[in-house]
Amino acid sequence: MTTLEEVPVAAPQRAVAGRPVRRRLRRREWLWGLAFIAPNGLGLLAFYIWPVFQTLYYSFTEWGAFGGHTWVGAENYVKLLSDPEVVKALKNTLLYAGLVLLGVPVSLVLAALINTPGLRGAAVYRVLYFLPVVTMPAAVGMVWRWLYNGDIGLINHVLSLAGVEGHHWVADPRFALYATAVVGIWMTVGYNMVIFAAGLKGIPKDLYEAAELDGAGPIRQFFGITLPMLSPTAFFVTVLTSIGALQVFDVIYLMLGSNSAALRNPAIDENQTIVFLFFERAFVDNDKGYAAAIAFVLLLVILLLTIVQFRAQKRWVHYA
Amino acid sequence: MGNRWWKAVAVAAVAVSGAACGGGGAGDGGPVTLTYAIWDKDQQSAMEKIAQEYTKAHPDVTVKVQLTANKEYWTKLQTAVTGGSAPDVFWMNGPRIGLYASQGVLQPLDEQIAAAGVDTAAYPKSLVDLYTFEGKKYGLPKDYDTIGLWYNKALFDAAGVKHPDASWTWDDLKAAAAKLTDPAKGQYGIAAPADSQANYYNTIFQAGGTVISADGRKSGFDDPATIEGLKFWVDLIKSGSSPTVQQMSDTEPTQLFSSGKVAMYYGGSWEANGFAKNADLTGKVDVAPLPKGKKEAVVIHGLANVAYAKSKHPKQAADFAVFASGKQAQQIQAEAGAVISAYQGTQDTWVKAHPQFQLQAFIDQVPDSVPLPRSKNTSAWAKHAEDLLLKAWTGEKDVADAARELAKAVDEELGKEK
Repeated sequence: MTTLEEVPVAAPQRAVAGRPVRRRLRRREWLWGLAFIAPNGLGLLAFYIWPVFQTLYYSFTEWGAFGGHTWVGAENYVKLLSDPEVVKALKNTLLYAGLVLLGVPVSLVLAALINTPGLRGAAVYRVLYFLPVVTMPAAVGMVWRWLYNGDIGLINHVLSLAGVEGHHWVADPRFALYATAVVGIWMTVGYNMVIFAAGLKGIPKDLYEAAELDGAGPIRQFFGITLPMLSPTAFFVTVLTSIGALQVFDVIYLMLGSNSAALRNPAIDENQTIVFLFFERAFVDNDKGYAAAIAFVLLLVILLLTIVQFRAQKRWVHYA
Repeated sequence: MGNRWWKAVAVAAVAVSGAACGGGGAGDGGPVTLTYAIWDKDQQSAMEKIAQEYTKAHPDVTVKVQLTANKEYWTKLQTAVTGGSAPDVFWMNGPRIGLYASQGVLQPLDEQIAAAGVDTAAYPKSLVDLYTFEGKKYGLPKDYDTIGLWYNKALFDAAGVKHPDASWTWDDLKAAAAKLTDPAKGQYGIAAPADSQANYYNTIFQAGGTVISADGRKSGFDDPATIEGLKFWVDLIKSGSSPTVQQMSDTEPTQLFSSGKVAMYYGGSWEANGFAKNADLTGKVDVAPLPKGKKEAVVIHGLANVAYAKSKHPKQAADFAVFASGKQAQQIQAEAGAVISAYQGTQDTWVKAHPQFQLQAFIDQVPDSVPLPRSKNTSAWAKHAEDLLLKAWTGEKDVADAARELAKAVDEELGKEK
C-alpha cells in the first residue's frame, strides 16, 4: 500500500510516479468540465437528444387515441413516401426557408448602415429592428393576420389609397406562404443584423486604411475586405436561419390556421409546412406514430442541408 | 421560430408536471382542488359561480375553472389524457363521447347520480342516452342547444325587408339575403361558412337528407337531398349574398355579424350571451326560427359534465360533475342566460334572462329537432367533411362531386369502427 508519506521517498522514480498524478489531475479536470456543462448538457440530453431516439422509435409504431402504441415496422414510412401532403409540405417548407434566407443580405445591409460612423440614434434603430425578435410570436402572428386582412387590413387600406386592389393575403392559397415569409423575415432580420454588426466591428481598421492607401474605393473595400472577413459570420447566420425556417410552425399556425373552431382557412392545404403537418397529424388527428415519421424525415432533411452547407463553406468562407 | 415553440412546450410540460405533483398527495380527507375545464368564455362566470356554490356545500373542495378556446380544447384535452394529466371534470360533447367512453377515459357516474338523488327523467331522454355507453352513464347533461336565425333589425329596416318569422322558407331567406346585400357598403345578406352544426347539417335535414345512416354504418352525403342541403349555402356565396370563404377566414362570421357587415347569421342558442353583452348590438339584434326547406328541422345537441377516470380525487370529481349538472347548478346557468339548461323546468329562466331576444324560437324548434350526427369516432370522418366541403365552398370542386367523394371517405372511416 502506498501512503502519501511514501511519495517523496520515491523521488528518484518521480517520472514514473508522476504519471498517475497527472492522470488523476486530468480526470479531475474532466469531472469539473462535465460539472460545468451539466446544467446545459443534461437539458440537451433530456429535451433534445433523448427525444430524437424516442421519435425514431415512435415512428415505427401506431398510437391509440389516448396513448399506448404497437410496433408496425416501416408502415409509416411506406405511407409517407406516397403521401402527396407530405411532398407538398416539404416543398412549401423549402420555399419558405428560401424566402426567409433572402432576409440575410437585408440584415447585412442594415448592419452596415447601423455601423455607419457618426450615425445619430444608432441605439434606437438597433432596438427597433431587434424588437420583433423578442416579441412573442403569438402576438406577432395575430397582429400580422389583422394587417393582412383582406377587408379591414391596414395593408389593403394603404394599397387602396394608391389605387391598388389588395388580396386576402393569408386566406388566398396563391399568396399565403409569401405573406407568412415576409413576417418570417421581419422576425429574424433584427437578430441577424446584430450578429452581422458584431462581425463588422471585428474587422481590423488597418485593413481598410491599407486598402485606402492602395487606392481602393468603398465598393472595392466592401467586396475585397468586408465580405471575405464577414464570411464566417454569414455562414453562421445562414445555417441558423435555414434551420429555424425549416422548422417554422408558429407563424404558420397563427396566420394560416383556423380562425375559429369550425372554419378552416382555405389557404392552409396548399401552404402548410412540414412541422404544421406534423402538429396536425400528432395532436389533431392523434396519429402520433405517423407524425413521428414526418418529424424524422424533417430531421434528415435538415441534417442533409446542414451537411451540404458545411461542405460548401470551404469554397466561400475565409477564416482569418 | 419553430425552435422557440418547442422550448415553450418543454417548459410548459415541466410546469404542468410540477403542478400535477403539487396538486396531488392530499388524497381523500384533506383539502382538495379540482380542475374544471370548459371552452366557452361567455359561460365562464356562470361556471365559476357553480364552483363557488359547490365549495359552500363542500368547504374542503375548491374547484378551479380552466378556460380553453374551443379551437384548441379537444387537441389539448386529448394530449392531456394521453399524458395522464387531464382536468378532473370537463365538458364533453356528443361527437366525442363515443371515443372517450369506449377508451376508459371517463368514470361511470351512476353511483354518484344515485347518491345525489338525481332523477335522470328530469333531462331530455335523447341527451341522457347520448351520454350512456354500454348501459352506464358517463356524463350527465348540462345544457342543450338548437340553431336559430339571428338577424340585424337595423339592416332589415334600412333595406325595407320584413323581419324573418316562423313562416319563412328557403326562398324567403334567399330573396331577403339578396335585398340586404350592398356591395358598395361591403354589406352582405347572410354569412354562409362551411360550418356543419350551425349551417349545413340543418339544411341537409330540412331537405330530407341524412349525414350518417340510422345504424351508423353508411354515409348519406351522396344522397341527392343531402347535396341539396349543401348547395343551399354554396349558392348563397355564388350569388354574392354571402362573403366568400376567404373573407370569412380573414374575419369570423360572428364578427362580421356583430359589426353589421352581415344581416343574417345562423347561430346557436349559446350565442345569446355574447350578443347581449355586445354594446354595439344593443337594440339591433333578434332571432327567429330557421326557415324551412321541404320540412322543418334543426340540429339539437347538448353538452355533459364528465369526470376523468384517472383523476387524483375520483370521488370528488364524479360528485362535482353530477353537481354541475344538477338542479341548483342548472338554475344558476339558466339565470346567467348562458345556455339552455338541460334540467326540466329551467328553460323558461333562460328565455327570460335576455328579454330583448325572442329566445323562445330556440325552444319552439325542439319538436322538429334532429340529433347532431355522430358515430363512435366522429372526428375521423368529420375531418374529411371539413376538408372536402371547404373545396366545394371555395368553388374549387363541384358540390355534388365533393359530396360523392366525401361519402366514400366517410364510409371507409365508418367501416373501421366496430
